[in-house]
Amino acid sequence: MKPQKITRIAIANRGEVAVRIIKACEEMGIETVLLHSEVDMGTRAYRMATKTICIGPAPTSESYLNIQANIDGALAGGAQAVHPGFGFLSENADFAQACMDAGLIFIGPSPKATRTLGDKVNCKALAQKLGLPLVPGYQGANQELKHLIHEAERIGFPCIVKAAAGGGGRGMKVLRTKEEAGELIESAQREAQSAFGSAQVFLEKYLDRAKHIEFQIFGDASGKVHNLFDRECSVQRRHQKIIEEAISPSLTPETRKKMGEAACLIAESAGYQGAGTVEFLYQDGEFYLLEVNTRLQVEHPVTEMVVGVDLVKAQILTAQGEPVFNSKNPMIPRGHSIECRLYAENPYLGGVPSTGVLGKVEWPEGPGRRYEYGFEEGDEITSFYDPMIAKVIVWDETRPRAIQKMIRVLKDSVVFGVHTNIPYLIEILSHPEFVSGEMTTRFIEKHFSEPLQVQVLTEQEKQIAEEVAKQLAPTAAENRIISETSPFQTFWRGI
Amino acid sequence: MEVIQSEIDVHSPEFKANKEAMLSSVDLFRDRLAQVKLGGGADAISKHKSRGKLTARERIEALVDAGTSFLEFSTLAAWDMYEGQAPSAGVITGIGVVSGQECIIVANDATVKGGTYYPMTVKKHLRAQEIAYENGLPCIYLVDSGGAFLPLQSEVFPDRDHFGRIFYNQARMSAAGIPQIAVVMGSCTAGGAYVPAMSDENVIVKDNGTIFLGGPPLVKAATGEEVSAQDLGGAYVHCEISGVTDHFAENDEHAIHITRQIVSHLNKKKAVVMKTMTVEEPLYDTKEIYGVISKDPKVPYNVREIIARIVDGSRFHEFKAGYGTTLVCGFAHIWGYPVGIVANNGVLFSESALKATHFIELCEQREVPLIFLQNITGFMVGQKYENEGIAKHGAKMVMAVSNARVPKFTVVIGGSYGAGNYGMCGRAYQPRQMWMWPNAKISVMGGEQAANVLLTVKMDQMAAKNQKMSPEEQAQFKKPTLDKYEHESSAYYASARIWDDGIIDPADTRRVLALGIAASLNKSWGEKSQGVLRM
Repeated sequence: MKPQKITRIAIANRGEVAVRIIKACEEMGIETVLLHSEVDMGTRAYRMATKTICIGPAPTSESYLNIQANIDGALAGGAQAVHPGFGFLSENADFAQACMDAGLIFIGPSPKATRTLGDKVNCKALAQKLGLPLVPGYQGANQELKHLIHEAERIGFPCIVKAAAGGGGRGMKVLRTKEEAGELIESAQREAQSAFGSAQVFLEKYLDRAKHIEFQIFGDASGKVHNLFDRECSVQRRHQKIIEEAISPSLTPETRKKMGEAACLIAESAGYQGAGTVEFLYQDGEFYLLEVNTRLQVEHPVTEMVVGVDLVKAQILTAQGEPVFNSKNPMIPRGHSIECRLYAENPYLGGVPSTGVLGKVEWPEGPGRRYEYGFEEGDEITSFYDPMIAKVIVWDETRPRAIQKMIRVLKDSVVFGVHTNIPYLIEILSHPEFVSGEMTTRFIEKHFSEPLQVQVLTEQEKQIAEEVAKQLAPTAAENRIISETSPFQTFWRGI
Repeated sequence: MEVIQSEIDVHSPEFKANKEAMLSSVDLFRDRLAQVKLGGGADAISKHKSRGKLTARERIEALVDAGTSFLEFSTLAAWDMYEGQAPSAGVITGIGVVSGQECIIVANDATVKGGTYYPMTVKKHLRAQEIAYENGLPCIYLVDSGGAFLPLQSEVFPDRDHFGRIFYNQARMSAAGIPQIAVVMGSCTAGGAYVPAMSDENVIVKDNGTIFLGGPPLVKAATGEEVSAQDLGGAYVHCEISGVTDHFAENDEHAIHITRQIVSHLNKKKAVVMKTMTVEEPLYDTKEIYGVISKDPKVPYNVREIIARIVDGSRFHEFKAGYGTTLVCGFAHIWGYPVGIVANNGVLFSESALKATHFIELCEQREVPLIFLQNITGFMVGQKYENEGIAKHGAKMVMAVSNARVPKFTVVIGGSYGAGNYGMCGRAYQPRQMWMWPNAKISVMGGEQAANVLLTVKMDQMAAKNQKMSPEEQAQFKKPTLDKYEHESSAYYASARIWDDGIIDPADTRRVLALGIAASLNKSWGEKSQGVLRM
């Protein structure tokens, strides 16, 4: 490809990833066009972007998932390229194709590579051809219930049924016995049909002590695929990652090498270009290829911290046809990095979303601390989208020190106006199984299935709270019509 | 002003015995408060919270200004009634400060039978509205209720002071310039729909809030139409289609935030200005009240010892100290506010009644709030007193009390019996608030007197037939009356039926009175029409 300098990039995304892309662009002297929905005017990305174009109303199907609206917006904004971020249209080959057809550079893999690796069926077929280990399972076209139950028996219980077209945890169920298999498979088919428009399901061996370990790979403009090492994301709630780290505390150097080679092999044979992630399950020293995410990942910062790269910048450089990463300087991961996803949710109510306007927000700065956030004081966390407020990332020399740092950083982080999962994260980070590094994907289910207990304030904390309240009270003085000496101006609940 | 010199020895065995007895009453009171404050219990609360709702008490805490007082009414309403199924009668009411303005807050507790209205719930709601009306306090209704408790419909629906009165009151108060604000945080079904509909400004919470005259089951039964609660009357419907509600809230916290903003735009001003003094604690510890009150109600004590532990600096300017000495009258300050105190110190004679009448007129003329400390067995009886016209002298006192327009506050600190209750501003005389101490008793006469009256009548009838009763038979005859009076005269029996505004810890008396006076400054007290008549 002939190097082509990009001067303006359209961002087909929102929130903290939009901010992340804008920052990379700013450093590279590239202008940005934020393609946003009607309700996303009060966000940090909106304030930072060079240009903003509203592409539709709040529901994602009418804005962020609307291919034509995004293409029209990018063209109207005079962009030469489109960065899809993650989620939304980032893994949609049709969108990548539509960008190309409109003369726009899609910052990501080619539609062909996406179709090969992003589709679970094609991906597994390729892995099989290359002799890579897969989780025993059934991906056949015969979707008759009787046949599926037969296949489940062949694989052995427990096994898992999931939507062929799905992601996240939608339509996923664990089958434990033959008796309940029929009903659960049917229910998974129904969910798959309503969520993804296709009732096709897979069966696969359920690994009950597995760890989720993934490899960051990067295909540069010359066709070479780089191994940027692993991340562990075993701390998941309902198949959604909560805490991610790099590198995994569980791999031996040999296994790490083998897995990295497997990841690069499958990407290279698909002609993969750009940032991608190969996900594995790891149990008892064995690893199984799970799927390939053909995009930048939410948790990419932990890789950046330990390897010392800028993945977004590398994506843009690759899109321009320029070389990235100095091959004379082999990459070696250094130290340990952890990312926590901060959600606006109430940990005392089992994580129900807590939407609303953010009050004071403050992130405690310091060495080895990084904050990726899309919302600031006065911005509103709405119920239309994922309630993630920010990602908090730390780096330190060792894993124990990184954990220690993360706990302190979370304790010092200030987010008013909505409930956050900070207390929940601190509990997880302090749990012996997490500290030991032995946690599996069932960690949350095993130890945190109940909502957190509301903390009882100590006498001293209560006093501090009352004193603060007292000192803050006069700020509403203009409005106050009761006198300073009114008995109502004292705290009392005697009846 | 004169400082009361206490003659109480806090180290005496009597003081200690009294204190111990009173402390055990106060402990019992605190236990019962704690019990009803759990509302419908842990299961109901956890179910309530799983919907993302705050409890009624949490909502109130979030609504009121940080660090301010909440004066709660009738916490023990419906105590020992309805088989214990309705703690606090399923609704929490009180005066709280919202955006710097004292407001009446009425919060349904949906963990108690879905917040449905028992007879006492209705009475408590209406009483809160009455307090709002008398004191000119904006009303905030935190609505989360299934409407009337259907099994008891005949006791909650048809009469004047039943369910419908709630909306009548809203209409009248709105017309009188008292803001009516509703926050729909749960169901508002049938009659309940009129609470937000009759409000001046209202808020509704997404998902949880619904307003409709007939719920989905009723609609299906009536017309066959099948519709979801949200499509029938949820937040989107009422904010965007029907216009029944004004503000859309994401959740309880958001709704409360909006409500605080609404109150900040009410443009209310204080209607009454009093000459206040610097606030000063009493010279003697308020907790010493525990040891002052005799544990045996028959043993008298000097009520000035109580006054000394309620008023600022224990200073008391007594009026007519040497005349009608069974009643103590005088001026003082509570929390810096001027007050006139009328306190029983024995049975009422003609002189005491005349003194009280004179004193009440003084307070009227000077626009000083009146405090009645009730501990009264009644007016004196006997030929001498009837012949000197104690009935007409007592009537003067009742006349003065009834027509006094300054705020009146009554605290039953001991017994409240017979016509003494009338003269000393009992519930029928519309004090702004009426409180009882946990040891207080209220009935038409003492149990002993009532039993003796009935026994005398019975023995007279028997004597006519030449029959007699042995002392054992007499005791047996009296027992049911004694038991009944004992049970029905307790402060808990009274508070359960909302004959008062609640039981208070005696040590809180000063504060509770001060809060009531502070709230009374929100509405003009009216014009005085007559001079002071020397009795």
